[in-house]
Amino acid sequence: MQNDRLIIAGRELTSRLWVGTGKYKDFAETKKAIEVSGADVVTVAVRRVNITDRSKENLLDYLDPKKYTILPNTAGCYNVEDAVRYARLARAAGVSDMIKLEVLGDERTLFPDTAGLIEAARILVKEGFIVLPYTNDDPIVAQKLVDIGCPAVMPLAAPIGSGLGIRNPYNLKIIMEMIKVPIIVDAGVGTASDAALAMELGADAVLMNTAIAGAQDPIAMAEAMKYAVYAGRLAYKAGRIPRKLYATASSPIEGML
Amino acid sequence: MAEAIRIQVNGEQRGCRADATVGDLLRELAIKTERVAVELNLEILDRKDFDHRSLKQGDRVEILSFIGGGAPVDAQDKGRGFVHAE
Repeated sequence: MQNDRLIIAGRELTSRLWVGTGKYKDFAETKKAIEVSGADVVTVAVRRVNITDRSKENLLDYLDPKKYTILPNTAGCYNVEDAVRYARLARAAGVSDMIKLEVLGDERTLFPDTAGLIEAARILVKEGFIVLPYTNDDPIVAQKLVDIGCPAVMPLAAPIGSGLGIRNPYNLKIIMEMIKVPIIVDAGVGTASDAALAMELGADAVLMNTAIAGAQDPIAMAEAMKYAVYAGRLAYKAGRIPRKLYATASSPIEGML
Repeated sequence: MAEAIRIQVNGEQRGCRADATVGDLLRELAIKTERVAVELNLEILDRKDFDHRSLKQGDRVEILSFIGGGAPVDAQDKGRGFVHAE
């Protein structure tokens, strides 16, 4: 798959597995898991600097921005105003114009507020951001986000951190067929087969955090996810056989006694 | 020595020199200016203006940077808040 490139807003990305950097034991584990996963896009959050304890290390001391595409998010924002504010702060902090836009609607499910998402995306696209929106598995909303100018969309597989896997493969499949920009399945992956399934459905990439960071052995799970995404992509490109109810013999009848 | 003023930095009150700039404050706090964003009274500053923007009594400064985060914003992640824009 040497020529199987993923290009978003003119940027070429080598990995189809994207990873978050939250919930790890420490930065050393974060770094190791990301290295093993082979991911080259990593998401980060924007938060207050600890001004009372300056001894705390900075995550970006562990992640070389030359090696990784650092994708800041607006995680934790529950309205348009906050999401736009965090996006602007992320840009001011200076890694890139790319933002993973989250406008959450509810603390229990962390489902996106898609009306707020569309509004925030519109504002940020006008300001020149490369907006990658975290959205529901709703094809109509995905299309609206593309119409606004989002160069990719990131529908969820299941609620963030739930590990439930792909709850609505048919909706995701419709999104992949309808939408002409890259689709990154984001959130809800639990284990390797979930990631492989997302890729088999035709996702261009998968973003996950908890499935790796929360595993009993995050480093081993990072490796499992790397192969799952790779295998799923290969299978998608190879073109699977149709499902049939009855058997079709693999061995010829001819020449039997 | 210039007269001291009170300002709020990341939600905490502190004193600073009356003629201090945002750049001075960052140096005093030993914060490297790369990869931080600074908001002064809700206005996001250009990094090149840090040394030209002086602080005055009652200013609210927010200094932010990147931390680990990804898909999850679970219940423990509520410590997000700086003061909302009213």
